[in-house]
Amino acid sequence: MKKREGFVGSDVFVAGNGLMDRRLLLGGGVAAGIAAGAAGLALGQSPDWMKTPGRGFSGYGMPSKWQEKVQRPFSPAPGRPGTGSSRTPLHLLEGTITPNGLHFERHHNGIPDIDPARHELAIHGMVKRPLAFSMENLMRYPMETHIRFIECPGNSGGYASVQPAQTTAGGINGLLSCSEWTGVRLSTLLDEAGVQPGAKWVVAEGADAAAMSRSVPLEKCLDDAVIALYQNGEAIRPEQGYPMRLLLPGFEGNMCVKWLRRLKVTDAPVDARDETSHYTELMPGGKARQYMFLQAVKSAIVKPSFGMAMRGPGLYEISGLAWTGAGKVSKVEITADGGRTWAPAALGEPVLSKALTRFRLAWKWDGRPSVLASRATDETGETQPTRAAWVAQYATGQFYHFNGIQSWAVAADGTVSNVYL
Amino acid sequence: MYICRILLLCLALNVSAAAQNLGRALAPDEIAKLDLTISPDGTGLPPGSGSVAAGAEVYSKKCQGCHGADGAGKPQDRLTGGIGTLASDKPIKTAVSFWPRATTVFDYIRRAMPLQAPQSLKDDDVYAVTAYLLSIDGVVPKDAVLDAKSLPKVKMPNRDGFVNYWKPKK
Ligand code: HEC
Repeated sequence: MKKREGFVGSDVFVAGNGLMDRRLLLGGGVAAGIAAGAAGLALGQSPDWMKTPGRGFSGYGMPSKWQEKVQRPFSPAPGRPGTGSSRTPLHLLEGTITPNGLHFERHHNGIPDIDPARHELAIHGMVKRPLAFSMENLMRYPMETHIRFIECPGNSGGYASVQPAQTTAGGINGLLSCSEWTGVRLSTLLDEAGVQPGAKWVVAEGADAAAMSRSVPLEKCLDDAVIALYQNGEAIRPEQGYPMRLLLPGFEGNMCVKWLRRLKVTDAPVDARDETSHYTELMPGGKARQYMFLQAVKSAIVKPSFGMAMRGPGLYEISGLAWTGAGKVSKVEITADGGRTWAPAALGEPVLSKALTRFRLAWKWDGRPSVLASRATDETGETQPTRAAWVAQYATGQFYHFNGIQSWAVAADGTVSNVYL
Repeated sequence: MYICRILLLCLALNVSAAAQNLGRALAPDEIAKLDLTISPDGTGLPPGSGSVAAGAEVYSKKCQGCHGADGAGKPQDRLTGGIGTLASDKPIKTAVSFWPRATTVFDYIRRAMPLQAPQSLKDDDVYAVTAYLLSIDGVVPKDAVLDAKSLPKVKMPNRDGFVNYWKPKK
């Protein structure tokens, strides 16, 4: 074989079974080793689309028809079409920003079609001046923009099952999306209403047919909470709470109440249905953890993942997503030998707080069965537990807030399946 | 004088940027109509009352099709049973066995059920169907009548089963 430039020499391997130095991603050279895939095209002949004028303009553009398989999977239970979820196909996307039409959905009784001219946000309870804000008035407040992930506390719950779920990375982890959100800082509105001494909580409520309601610590509402009005530059989508959504960076997606219509300032949480019946974890012994708001440090490899076929030995890019509700991801490590040795992955810059971080690492696969896994650590020093350690904390069948290490098995024939380490 | 004016202007701008003050004052009767929240101490519970017997009727007409006879579930969520199972290796979490407060049962039914017509029940019917559901496993007696006074006093089987994991910074 011809000697290739840029990555020869054993010093580029930093962990077992072919994991390479993360800096190799940044330079050229590595790509030269990627095995050629499909047969070459007959370049030189101009294709049809160069010989006839293209389509005209459109008021709102859609993805290429060749991308029509990039969809949110969903399977509503019979008799409750508006209750359940659809998932972001993480394995079919790149980068860190979720396209608006692919942001995951979790609804409790369908998507309301709210006329913004008839919608107001009320703030009342333990405030000096109970107030209502029309959309028109809210738009006049100073706005701020942040890239933040939203993750359902039920995300990756499949990992709690006894047998690993044989489904795609998006099927497992797709109750997770990341957008650039723009809106009005909630503390500005609470200051205007004048929070009374003794207030500690804010009960948020949506204007959907479930009047979805959650108790939120006042501390969070006065910190980085935003009344989000825009998502990736356009008005927030109906599935995400049009005309407005409560955005609590790093907290459970369920608390980021959509179609927000009311905030009641109180001295105590109210034990709403979705903070008792759901999103609490039963521990062995029968007690349940409640008000665990933070989405803890987590990561998932999306390339390669279930449903993808490796095309024989050669160089591959391992890539995935890492995130933490506690702030910034500080480190992602990858193993290709089932957890014996780990190599640090390159993190996509800039690493943002409470946003998705893309990680990448070059891997020279020798064609033998291998087990890949990723392990993230955040700036507070928290690291993902093993799946077994996570499961051991809880009673049988509990699946909320799963953040254990996830792994994929690559078989000799190149197929990828879900395994537990 | 001139400098003074600029200073004042700057101050004024600063203040107005920080506080737009565009919120419309909400009148107490508006709040009363808006506010669906029932607190654990009963704050927010409306006037009215309902008996187990009346609730059985509401349940069979408006709930049973989805939640089964006696709240046993199917096709939708199971609502009753499971008391005493939470510490076992087959925990059954229902509104009766798991939820810590009767106020939550009332609050949730009033805001969200029945699924196809939320907020259609009269407050008396919400009290009644809550009483009925809680009577099935004997959490309230068969002759119970619930109202704003008695409902918050109902002791749910898992009243002390939750551990608050929220740790405020201050
Ligand atoms: C058309 C079907 C349907 C009808 C009728 C219906 N429900 Fe429900 N109910 C549901 C569904 C679906 C859910 C789960 C909703 C969710 O998860 O967001 C539910 C959830 C509940 C829950 C919470 C269960 C849990 O463990 O979290 C209670 C309590 C409840 N219903 C009570 C009632 C009562 C009382 C009535 C009658 C007044 C009623 N339901 C009528 C479909 C129905």
